[in-house]
Amino acid sequence: MSLLTLDRLSLSRSSTPVLREISLTIAPGECVGLLGPNGAGKSTLMRAALGLVQASGQSSLARLRPAERAAQVAWLPQAREIAWPVSVAHLVSLGAMARGRAEDHPSVAAAIARMGLEPFRNRVATALSGGEQARVLLARALAQDTPLLMADEPVAGLDPAQQIRSMRVLRALADEGRGVVVSLHDLGLAARHCTRLLVLHQGALVADGTPEAVLTPELLAGVFDIIAHRADTPEGPSFQPLATVSE
Amino acid sequence: MSFARLLTLLAVLVALLFLVSLVTGVAAAGPGESLRALVFGDGGPLTLVMREIRLPRALLAVMVGVSLGLSGAAMQGLLRNPLAEPGLIGVSASAALGAVLALQTGFAAAFTLALPFSALAGALAGVLLILLLAGRSGGALALILAGVALSALAAAMTSLVLNLSPNPFAANEIVFWMMGSLADRSFAHVWIALPIMAAGWLALARTGRGLEALTLGEDAAAAMGTDLRRLRLLVVTGVAASVGAATAVAGAVGFVGLVVPHLLRGAVGGRPSRLLPAAALGGAALVLAADIGVRVILPGRDLKLGVLMALVGAPVFLHLIWRMRGQT
Repeated sequence: MSLLTLDRLSLSRSSTPVLREISLTIAPGECVGLLGPNGAGKSTLMRAALGLVQASGQSSLARLRPAERAAQVAWLPQAREIAWPVSVAHLVSLGAMARGRAEDHPSVAAAIARMGLEPFRNRVATALSGGEQARVLLARALAQDTPLLMADEPVAGLDPAQQIRSMRVLRALADEGRGVVVSLHDLGLAARHCTRLLVLHQGALVADGTPEAVLTPELLAGVFDIIAHRADTPEGPSFQPLATVSE
Repeated sequence: MSFARLLTLLAVLVALLFLVSLVTGVAAAGPGESLRALVFGDGGPLTLVMREIRLPRALLAVMVGVSLGLSGAAMQGLLRNPLAEPGLIGVSASAALGAVLALQTGFAAAFTLALPFSALAGALAGVLLILLLAGRSGGALALILAGVALSALAAAMTSLVLNLSPNPFAANEIVFWMMGSLADRSFAHVWIALPIMAAGWLALARTGRGLEALTLGEDAAAAMGTDLRRLRLLVVTGVAASVGAATAVAGAVGFVGLVVPHLLRGAVGGRPSRLLPAAALGGAALVLAADIGVRVILPGRDLKLGVLMALVGAPVFLHLIWRMRGQT
């Protein structure tokens, strides 16, 4: 059974196509990296799949009623908003609340432990650094305890260690049998931690497959406009962008 | 401090201020004597004063305070902004315009409750306009812009009425009414306002969960199962009903909806759902205290409630801006 099915999802803004007939399915156990240059439509694709923006075509999630959808998928938007000075523990518990669960549901403590946030439990969330806030917000999404997690650039702005830890958490979710869709810009992180990569280019899905099959020099040049050095390490492949193809 | 303890403390404060409000006034009678006259009723003039003047006045102070505090907390939660206040959606301004028109045309004198009914009609027209402008698509920004536009329009119309007023007495009456007061109100005012306010309170009481989710922004809240359109509708109609009715019976009383949620936010750990009941009680306490203040500070001079509130509220507002200065 798939966690998300998109069928010819398309969206235009003032007659400019933003998404072009995107069809795909996400299955349990997959950690799917969503790649693409700025403006390729990554955020829009995820929001349209969730039904947060109107799009033509079909999305299995957009059809659900809000409460049903909250039980099916957790969404971590790119904008890291924390409006009020609430405690970290309470903020994470909002994830459980979205499922109609109690504030002290075990999923809350598990999410806090998973993101290594125990020392911050009683701190005021708005007083934390940007990177710490990003981890708290990811913990909130984990606490929602859904079969599918969609995260929009969750590791942007984190230090290297936290980037790796966060990606490991996402991969571990997939290994437990959940599904993860995560947009990101770091090709190496994507290649090492994701089981499958999707590449968006000008609103179209131009590649879909294993990291090995997707991240070819031709694709990097054609879609990302870069020449990158690839090094294979015991941890997996690493990509270092060196030059742009065009000026 | 635990949440239950905070609410208990605020409730006790409201009860105490309610009693003080009952025994504050020009009639020369001791507190014990006054309360005895209120409860047992000897049919004398003191019973009449207590039952027909002071009791409705104290009740209205509680009702108006609850309405303003609750509405302020809900508006700040919805717009995720500590500077939001109930007047932002233009309902107070349009209620005031309704009242001003009634005073100017003389309709206010037609029957006892003509003035509050006119203000309610103004508030209703205002909220319909807001829903028309910002109800459908409506993000927070659309709501704010529509509210600012409506407030400006209603204020301009009010100024126009004053400007062209051929009758200096009517103009005088309008100016005083707009300052806000609870003096000389009766149980008729309580009964006209209470059902509408209560409907508004019920609507706002159902917004807690949605406002909690909104802490994380509109996108996250929507994905967490919050129906944003329904939430917005609940807040706008709830604020319109409670603040519209409050303005209708008390005139324009500012700052309560801004200051009370701000003062209590820390005590409830920043949580928007807990701020709702806390700000309701806090608003009641503040309006009761201010209404006692206007009678004690300048007895017999009819100091207006709205004026005193603004004098207290403006410095708190400045303090708020001062504190936020370093946070951007």
